[in-house]
Amino acid sequence: MKFLSEYRDPKTARLMLAEIRRITTRPWVIMEVCGGQTHAIVRSGIDQVLPKEISLVHGPGCPVCVTPIETIDRAIEIARRPEVIFCSFGDMLRVPGSDKDLLTARSAGADLRMVYSPLEALEIARDNPDRQVVFFAIGFETTAPGNAMAVLQAEKQGLENFSELVCHVLVPPAITALLSSGDNLVNGYLAAGNVCTVTGLSEYEEIAGKYRVPIVATGLEPNDIMEGILMVVRQLEEGRAEVENQYVRSVRYHGNVKAREAVAEVFEVTDQKWRGIGELPASGLRIRNRFKDYDAARRFAVCDLDVNEPEVCISGTILKGLKKPDQCPAFGTECRPEHPLGATMVSSEGACSAYYKYKPLR
Amino acid sequence: MSDKKNSDGGYPGFSCPMPVMNHDTVQLAHGSGGKLSAELLDKLFLPRFGNDILNRLEDQAVLKMPVGRLAFTTDSFVVDPIFFPGGNIGDLAINGTVNDLAMGGARPRYLSVGFILEEGLPLETLHKILLSMEEAAWGAGVRIVTGDTKVVPRGSCDKIFINSSGIGVVPDGVNLSASNLEVDDLVILSGTIADHGMAVMTSREGLSLQADIESDTAALNSLVDDMLLVSKEIRAMRDPTRGGLAAILNEFARSSARGIVLEQEKVPINPKVQGACEILGIDPLTVANEGKLVAVVPAPVADDVVETMRRHPLGRKAVVIGKVVKDHPGVVAIKTGLGVSQILDMPVGEQLPRIC
Repeated sequence: MKFLSEYRDPKTARLMLAEIRRITTRPWVIMEVCGGQTHAIVRSGIDQVLPKEISLVHGPGCPVCVTPIETIDRAIEIARRPEVIFCSFGDMLRVPGSDKDLLTARSAGADLRMVYSPLEALEIARDNPDRQVVFFAIGFETTAPGNAMAVLQAEKQGLENFSELVCHVLVPPAITALLSSGDNLVNGYLAAGNVCTVTGLSEYEEIAGKYRVPIVATGLEPNDIMEGILMVVRQLEEGRAEVENQYVRSVRYHGNVKAREAVAEVFEVTDQKWRGIGELPASGLRIRNRFKDYDAARRFAVCDLDVNEPEVCISGTILKGLKKPDQCPAFGTECRPEHPLGATMVSSEGACSAYYKYKPLR
Repeated sequence: MSDKKNSDGGYPGFSCPMPVMNHDTVQLAHGSGGKLSAELLDKLFLPRFGNDILNRLEDQAVLKMPVGRLAFTTDSFVVDPIFFPGGNIGDLAINGTVNDLAMGGARPRYLSVGFILEEGLPLETLHKILLSMEEAAWGAGVRIVTGDTKVVPRGSCDKIFINSSGIGVVPDGVNLSASNLEVDDLVILSGTIADHGMAVMTSREGLSLQADIESDTAALNSLVDDMLLVSKEIRAMRDPTRGGLAAILNEFARSSARGIVLEQEKVPINPKVQGACEILGIDPLTVANEGKLVAVVPAPVADDVVETMRRHPLGRKAVVIGKVVKDHPGVVAIKTGLGVSQILDMPVGEQLPRIC
């Protein structure tokens, strides 16, 4: 495990922390976009040890959290059909829909399978030719290539009983939306290194230039994040607003071209609703018409969804970085992992779940 | 117990060809109490488990017990898949029940085994499971003295479920309880964590992760014997099964109303297990073990206990992982590499695959 321990070594982290302390002269607000980064920050206690001038706010980078409630309801309706085997990442199973989650649907008889990759769903489709296998294809630019490949494979193998219920969201339009809103407080961004590995950095250069904010593509290990923060603070203190790459072991300037080609072949960009945030222009992906047979939303018509979001949940404000989970009146009381009001409390990338799981000792 | 596993982890002599039966698979009639039931008992069960108490074939086992306090426990096993690297549902059932007795300091003596079989289960599979149960019981020095078999129609259960109860004797002077913890006691862990849960999860059908991880399923009673021999002052022992180390430490803290500080970097973990946990996004502190124990001991005897454990094959990596403190009663704290203390809570939510 040299690979992991190297990026978690506390000595290196403390050296970088000392440098952050040395160069910080003013208050700065930094947003880590990715929920995986949020969990690493809260888990290792980075937010507890930073100088008080540096405030970290948590971004919308949790695909489970931003999947609209009507998509969850639609998934449940499809999963309940007797001919359907519904396959999903484990994370989605406990995300609350309007009146239940997917696990509850399973206990009521839905054939629901937890998988770790869309290719496993393809295999289930091959093994069950008399059933309809639907994969819940959610995620950012990171999971889109795999989900695109699954559609291409299904077509190649003539698997007519496979389809995807797609809810793909894109990071740069979300950052743009946050920056152009009137209530933006963020001075600099840690972009999600895993997303940049696929997309590359060029889209971020436009954003950094237009809004004059430093953006650093940052990995997901504690020391990656500490270094990313150091790089953002250094830019802010020096008055620079550039795109930099902390995650050099994975991110190339042009990203993963092959992965992007597969995505572009199967999906097209569309306006997309984000749970808690609202509709953002050109911020999602949908299946192109040529592959419409693999689009579960078109294959299984679901109508009259009566959407019902709990009023007390402030996950939208949290996903925009305007509030922190422990500022929510329901946090830890009415809303807990075993009884979540919002997706941010159940997803392994959700900010509320991170705060609930890793509570500082007084 | 004098018999120890040999170097490759198995016991000598536990192989036996499948007896010739009238059917290849379990039939509903195997649970009817009629001729097929008798065939199942005579050809598969008794040759594996037979002993002078069981062989009487009465409706109950009549046991001679030494004077003293008895420990009594029961557990049901529904693991999926039924065979996983390092074990199967059979040895898991024996070891699990033996360990539940041993964690109270009891010397396990007698077990019951109840089987619920799904119609259509290959008898060859059942035979393999019984062989490993025989091996596990022999290794732990316990006798199976009563049992039961039911067969349910296909689809009414998943291949095979096993319930196992056990009786043991608690020696005089041994009084283990989670409520015994005192400030400054040390917390000892017998070896690496999360092996069993990750072995089961990574061998689950449909999961494409080939991780080559083995379950740690093992009977811990001989290790416990050695530990109690060196110190009767051991306060409490638990085996961190469901909920893992996180759940056990929280139970200790709550029952004793003391705080516990865990030093995470001291907790041994096999790098392959760590890797699988990272990939699947699972915290190894919450993953089940089936051959590990956590003991809380007064600080002055900790070195002796750890040294004794390390001489036993199941305790080679025994290590002190934490301390009982007077602060934050009922709460387990964990120190991160940056020196921040955080609360290690009871795990919440279900682990999606069945693991025990």
